[in-house]
Amino acid sequence: MSRRLLFLLPLATLALMAGFFAWSLMAGRDPASIGSVMVGRPAPRLDVRALRDGDKPITDAMLRTGKPTIVNFFASWCTPCLAEHPLFTRLAQRDGAVIIGIAWKNKPEEARAWLAKLGDPFLYAGQDFDGRTGIDWGLSGVPETYLIDGNGIVRFHFRGPITEKDVRDTILPFLKGGKP
Amino acid sequence: MRLVLALLTMMLLALPAFAVDPSEMLKDPALEARAREIGQTLRCVVCQNQSIDDSAAEVARDMRRAVRERLSAGDSDGQVYDFMVARYGDYVLLKPPFKLGTLVLWLGAPLLLLVAASAIMLTALRRRATAPLPPLSDEERERLRSLLGRDGSAVAPSEARRSRGASPGSDKVSPLGPSALGRDDA
Repeated sequence: MSRRLLFLLPLATLALMAGFFAWSLMAGRDPASIGSVMVGRPAPRLDVRALRDGDKPITDAMLRTGKPTIVNFFASWCTPCLAEHPLFTRLAQRDGAVIIGIAWKNKPEEARAWLAKLGDPFLYAGQDFDGRTGIDWGLSGVPETYLIDGNGIVRFHFRGPITEKDVRDTILPFLKGGKP
Repeated sequence: MRLVLALLTMMLLALPAFAVDPSEMLKDPALEARAREIGQTLRCVVCQNQSIDDSAAEVARDMRRAVRERLSAGDSDGQVYDFMVARYGDYVLLKPPFKLGTLVLWLGAPLLLLVAASAIMLTALRRRATAPLPPLSDEERERLRSLLGRDGSAVAPSEARRSRGASPGSDKVSPLGPSALGRDDA
């Protein structure tokens, strides 16, 4: 009896592996996903030059106003940023969201021209031309978006463009309740 | 032929290309060597299985610069790793740390080997140490005696054949096989 079980062992191993592979395919698990270690921690340091002429520098104080804040890293050369831009415009105009935009690895004049053409949804806009602030924020590219609560704690981190579904399921509830 | 050899030699001499630009290298060769060592074990966050030293991605370049800035500021190697893990998580380490979440990763294969090895050893031991057979019952003893001849001394198969049906029970099929019991005269 036990010998027969032993012969079944390779078959059982195969079944186990097939099960794991099937689950990997079906569950939508993304092995390339970096995840984020920022969630649940105080927002990293923010101290960058303003993108728009005459504005004050963008600082940490803007993340600790008691109001939930959205921080969006973007660039004029980034196509997914173009795709998500109308959602930020609507969030700012219709829902009164406080959005801080940071132009990452983008010439300031090009970022300004991009916003002039598409509309500027940002209450504050900063520039991170050399990507140093990006590293501090654990950025892997643009666009990336952080939801920060009134106490300056990161509550959500989107890698890649936000979608209509993200707005409906995560961002709007976060703006209303302070939690996603 | 000589050309082929020359080409092969050149291929053997080729060194892996690093994305590290001379302009980003540190002046202090000792610090630069440490930066290289660290850079080869940090994973580029947008290219999956490339180290930041191998990757030409923008973010990898920024990470290399951050490593060099931390080292120049007097950080130990450990502090540089902590700096990166604090921002990008364990994902950034090409060699994952040993902790609860990676237990299966580190111990899974050795454990499987151990289980398989002990299973094989157990079956081998069991095969060797088969339980002793129970003693013969009276009936079996009687049958054995009749098969072996009246006095209980062994009868060779050739003898049995010669003793023309002398032994009782020769009409029964014996476990020794029909030929051993002189079935030829039945």
